[in-house]
Amino acid sequence: MTVILEARGVSKRFGGIHALDGCDIEVAQGTISGLIGPNGSGKTTLFNVITGYERVREGEIRLDGRAITNMTPEAVFRLGIGRTFQLTRVFGRLSVMDNMLVASQHDASWARRAFRKAGSHGERAKALELLEFVDIARLANEPAATLSYGQRKLLEFAYVLMADPEFLLLDEPAGGINPSLINTLAERIRALNKEGRTFLVVEHNMEFVMGLCHNVTVMHHGRTLVSGDPETVRRDPRVLDAYLGGVGEDEEADGADGAGAPGAPVSDES
Amino acid sequence: MRRVPSVVGGRNLKAGGLAAAMAVLIVFPLVFTNPTVTSIAVFTLLFMASATAWNVFSGYTGYVSLGHATFFGTGAYLFAIVAMRFNLSAGSSLFALVPVAGVAAMVVAVPFGLVALRTRRHTFVVITIAVFFIFQMLAFNLGITQGSSGIQVPTPNWSPWTFNNPFYYVSLGIVVFATAVSYFLRRSVLGLQLLAIREDEDRARGLGVPAGKAKLTAFVLSALPVGMAGAVYAYFLGQIFPQFAFSPLFDLSVVLMALFGGIGTIAGPLLGALLLESLQQYFTFQFSNGDLYLVIYGGLFLAVLLLLPRGVIPTVTDYLSRRRARRSSAPAARDSLTQPIGEPRTSPIAIVTGKAP
Ligand SMILES: Nc1ncnc2c1ncn2[C@@H]1O[C@H](COP(=O)(O)OP(=O)(O)OP(=O)(O)O)[C@@H](O)[C@H]1O
Ligand SMILES: [Mg+2]
Repeated sequence: MTVILEARGVSKRFGGIHALDGCDIEVAQGTISGLIGPNGSGKTTLFNVITGYERVREGEIRLDGRAITNMTPEAVFRLGIGRTFQLTRVFGRLSVMDNMLVASQHDASWARRAFRKAGSHGERAKALELLEFVDIARLANEPAATLSYGQRKLLEFAYVLMADPEFLLLDEPAGGINPSLINTLAERIRALNKEGRTFLVVEHNMEFVMGLCHNVTVMHHGRTLVSGDPETVRRDPRVLDAYLGGVGEDEEADGADGAGAPGAPVSDES
Repeated sequence: MRRVPSVVGGRNLKAGGLAAAMAVLIVFPLVFTNPTVTSIAVFTLLFMASATAWNVFSGYTGYVSLGHATFFGTGAYLFAIVAMRFNLSAGSSLFALVPVAGVAAMVVAVPFGLVALRTRRHTFVVITIAVFFIFQMLAFNLGITQGSSGIQVPTPNWSPWTFNNPFYYVSLGIVVFATAVSYFLRRSVLGLQLLAIREDEDRARGLGVPAGKAKLTAFVLSALPVGMAGAVYAYFLGQIFPQFAFSPLFDLSVVLMALFGGIGTIAGPLLGALLLESLQQYFTFQFSNGDLYLVIYGGLFLAVLLLLPRGVIPTVTDYLSRRRARRSSAPAARDSLTQPIGEPRTSPIAIVTGKAP
């Protein structure tokens, strides 16, 4: 097993809040890894640190053994790390196709290509293929702002794939997606994983995580609590404690996206 | 399949319209020979070029520059200083300095952009104003610019009846050039990246868009036609002073023209400048009251904010395409020449308050 991504002792504070507090995580090459934890446990913040959206003073991030701590988002992307956002961030006034094309212009030869026409035949064909892959190709010419929330999630997923990233970080990919599409989404992720891509998936839908992931890491209070295969994690009493403690604590802070859902399946088991 | 012929037809129509507009612009000074009229036309063309160039940066990226007069003044002063230093004699050949002035404006734009583009939104707007005032102060205080006494530029001894025509055609050339830049940029990789930056800069960076390079390139590129316009302005007037070459009114006018016509579109700034600058010049001549147009500008600005928050062109084309869609019940083709793609969130209010995305 080779480790593709490794975080060591990463700490990030916002005022008095320790969003990350000496967080360690390892992701093995070629796996689909899950990252779960109660609301506010620092999952999104960890994604932000890895992808260059937040800078840290403590800790180190390594990709293939090479330190990438505090690189810019564009540099991280060029290294082959693609990322989607919990709250989708598509380019609303651009068409769905143009959204896809934005992500295809990543090479180092920017200066040579900048004045060429956007979207070669090959790029457009690839974009359409990916849009078909997530089943929104018929919307290619619509402004992205007209998409539903779930469709935006799918678009984000698709445009990140434009650059053929080795490693994908998905922040709640199933959130807001039509339940009938969730299985399709899992299928897509598996298919991409078979091609050799590694995934780190944050998700509150436990069924989705436990069914999809080879390995699950649980975060709590900005730290890694448990890491192992889904069964082990499911059985671990500390996980249940974290969620039970978390439910009361965080309900007033963030009740909207799937609070309650995380706790239920875990407690069912133990 | 049904849409294909209509798109081709639309394209022919557009090409025809463009050719007709060009023909009108070319014969204009031959038909309207009154020097007052052609002089108004020269100023109008210079503003059409400048507003279009401003739009290439600010309209596409959403970064509102209130400092483009820096490039205008730089172009004007470069022209005047070179002509004076080298004792160049007036004549058509002096127009060769116009592209040089444009390049000088680009050279200024590099450090200007490197500093200003480290910031966003309100801070960016404020820094562009600050840099602009620094340049105006320099023009007032440096020896080479001769301070507030200004610089005389050699005047050609052309016949008074056709004197304006060479200026007119050179200005028209700059308009065509600026429009071509705007058009091709809009379709380029860089153009798409600029629009993505306008929507969500950090997201664009996370998709590999080199936002810093892209913004700086657009900023420097947009300085070129403005510097060229400044040079023609200096030559046309025959003398320049710091407060006119580096004029805050230029900054405001260019923004207002682009807003009025439709920000982020190709035709909008052209139309806005055509209407507002010719109107302003006309009022100045009619009432020989140099400041009356300020009142009119203020009123217009409010009217645009309230009635046409997206500018004339997008509002009108939207109306037309909706009507067409209702008639044929076929989806209306999107017209990238006149449409600011999709639903705009950039209202003038958002822009002037720096809240534009
Ligand atoms: N930019 C910020 N400024 C201030 N506090 C922040 C910021 N980002 C995150 N936080 C805080 O850091 C903590 C961790 O947040 P984070 O978003 O990483 O949690 P999460 O695990 O992704 O939660 P959720 O499951 O609700 O998405 C929270 O208490 C949050 O309020
Ligand atoms: Mg989160």
